[in-house]
Amino acid sequence: MSEQAATGGSNLLLELDDIHTYYGSIHALKGISLNVGEGEIVTLIGANGAGKSTTLRSVNGLNHPRRGTIRFRGEDITTKPAHEIVKMGVSQSPEGRHVFPRMSVHENLEMGAYHRDKRKPEYKEDLERVFTLFPRLKERESQKAGTLSGGEQQMLAMGRALMARPSLLLLDEPSMGLAPIFVERIFEIVVEINRQGTPVLLVEQNALMALDVATRGYVMETGHIALEGPAGELKTNEQVRKTYLGED
Amino acid sequence: MTSTEATGARARVGGVLASWERWLPWLLLAIALTYPFWYDVWPFTILTLDALGLELDVVIFMVVYVMLALGLNVVVGFAGLLDLGYVAFFALGAYSVGWFASDKFSGTEFHLLSNAAEGAAGIHLNLWLVLLLGGVITAIAGVIIGWPTLRLRGDYLAIVTLGFGEIIPDVFRNADKLPVPGGVQAGPPFIDFTNVNLTNGVRGVRSLDRPGFGDKLDSLTAGALPERFSGIELKPWYFTIVFMVLIAVFVIRRLERSKMGRAWVAVREDEIAASAMGVPLMRTKLWAYGIGAIFGGIVGAYYGSFIGSVFPTSFSFAISILVLVMVVVGGMGNIYGVMLGALVLEYLNFKGLQKIGDGINNAIDLVGIDQTVDIPRYKTLIFGLLLVTMMLLRPEGMIPSARRKAELHEEEDLIEPDVYDDLYDVRREGA
Repeated sequence: MSEQAATGGSNLLLELDDIHTYYGSIHALKGISLNVGEGEIVTLIGANGAGKSTTLRSVNGLNHPRRGTIRFRGEDITTKPAHEIVKMGVSQSPEGRHVFPRMSVHENLEMGAYHRDKRKPEYKEDLERVFTLFPRLKERESQKAGTLSGGEQQMLAMGRALMARPSLLLLDEPSMGLAPIFVERIFEIVVEINRQGTPVLLVEQNALMALDVATRGYVMETGHIALEGPAGELKTNEQVRKTYLGED
Repeated sequence: MTSTEATGARARVGGVLASWERWLPWLLLAIALTYPFWYDVWPFTILTLDALGLELDVVIFMVVYVMLALGLNVVVGFAGLLDLGYVAFFALGAYSVGWFASDKFSGTEFHLLSNAAEGAAGIHLNLWLVLLLGGVITAIAGVIIGWPTLRLRGDYLAIVTLGFGEIIPDVFRNADKLPVPGGVQAGPPFIDFTNVNLTNGVRGVRSLDRPGFGDKLDSLTAGALPERFSGIELKPWYFTIVFMVLIAVFVIRRLERSKMGRAWVAVREDEIAASAMGVPLMRTKLWAYGIGAIFGGIVGAYYGSFIGSVFPTSFSFAISILVLVMVVVGGMGNIYGVMLGALVLEYLNFKGLQKIGDGINNAIDLVGIDQTVDIPRYKTLIFGLLLVTMMLLRPEGMIPSARRKAELHEEEDLIEPDVYDDLYDVRREGA
């Protein structure tokens, strides 16, 4: 590890430094700096179009920033291709879940471990771990992913991401379009995953829930970071309460 | 979870094998391996020759198309890349024989383990080497074409490959006067171009070499493994192409079950998700395209040698479409399906329609009407109707792949409307 910083009181795992990302000529991210430390749940909240998902796409190599640097464990990954970044230990559950609809639940999980040796005992351990976190997936193991309900698909997307045995898990809107009961369950599992030792970068629109589970948070507004701080502080912040928690 | 459970789960998803599916491939293999020995023996001739007209050369053409369909199936069926220019690789393979195993370049004389006449002009490599060389050349061509174009999705890729398939025969047609920089000259335009003849243009390249096994094996086996294949005794040709198909089936089945095979399915289903799982998109697609190209090239070289000459007009766009129709009608993604599709359609194309026409004309004649119909003339119409009917009644093909079938009958499995909406997005983005 090249740098030791004090933010969040932990070792830095992921650092974004003044990231500018474009979609064609649209300047989507205008200088984003954030970091995630070992053991943390960091949440990125903000309205639609603020650039939350773009930030994740910059990190995982799907949309490289034009300026700025992204470091993972001190190594520059700004322009690394997506598959290299996954190999380094950053795995994600993409927005809209994107499970492979015609593959079975089991095959989806296998895809999550694409870069790993499936004969090693660690692979079986991780499969067990995912099935313990999501008993529902075990029940539906041979069912096609496309026939699962939205909440189950979200569980599958998260389980699939865990199968890469990531050292950083990126979750893009895991609560999107889910029934309240599922939303709560999903957030409980995010906490459980983190407790088992995986740092999480959580992009969410459901700011209240996200700040409940997170260690720290960043509030995004139209391509900028508007606010940052410990989750507890953000939750009591006047501006955040007004804008994102729907209070007058 | 034990491994048996995992396998069980996979087998259930793939559909349980019916008992006929177990023994049928072996029966067909036995028929394929013995066909030349009994097809012309009575009473088999009633079916093979009298009814169907399955002479050995007809069957060889059918198996050539089996090989082409297998290759295109890797690109279209496995990786989901719509390639409308597959004939280009077929043509390149055939011209490889023209370049490296004929008297085309009669200015030089280079022989390598060849069975061509001693001292014959031109480059003469051993034809087995040329078959492999055809594969290498098309692999390189596949990468050169695939590298920029595979970034395109769906329809765009189809259009670019279509263009490529159209260009290649034109290049061969015009490459008899290829301007090549010959050196610097004094006045403008400074570079002196000389015309180089690579392909003989429309005249084509003739008298291509044939494969063979060397004189030692020839005398040892009393001609069963001839020193040089002949145009009359077709058994060696037949077994060569059947053997090539067997190797192809073996290789493709291994590929299908490999990590690469799984990556192809992932890319086909959802590029975004595949990429998020760490599947390198370009590399994965390029492998599919390249492997398809290699098969096309090798079988092209075989075809060139079998026909004995190559002409630009032999490699029309219609062949790309015919092979694609074989893949679609047979069952995209299922190697046995596409093999069946190729056998049936190439049979109809080469012999069957004519046989049917003869039958109809005989019947008309019996009734006493003094008219004839020329069924093969309506080939395009008949194939078009066949394709449309197939798409309406059984879009997954004659022998479908379980996964492909699921893709085409999606709405029947999906109950929850919100799930379906998601799938729609996924499908649209992945397309």
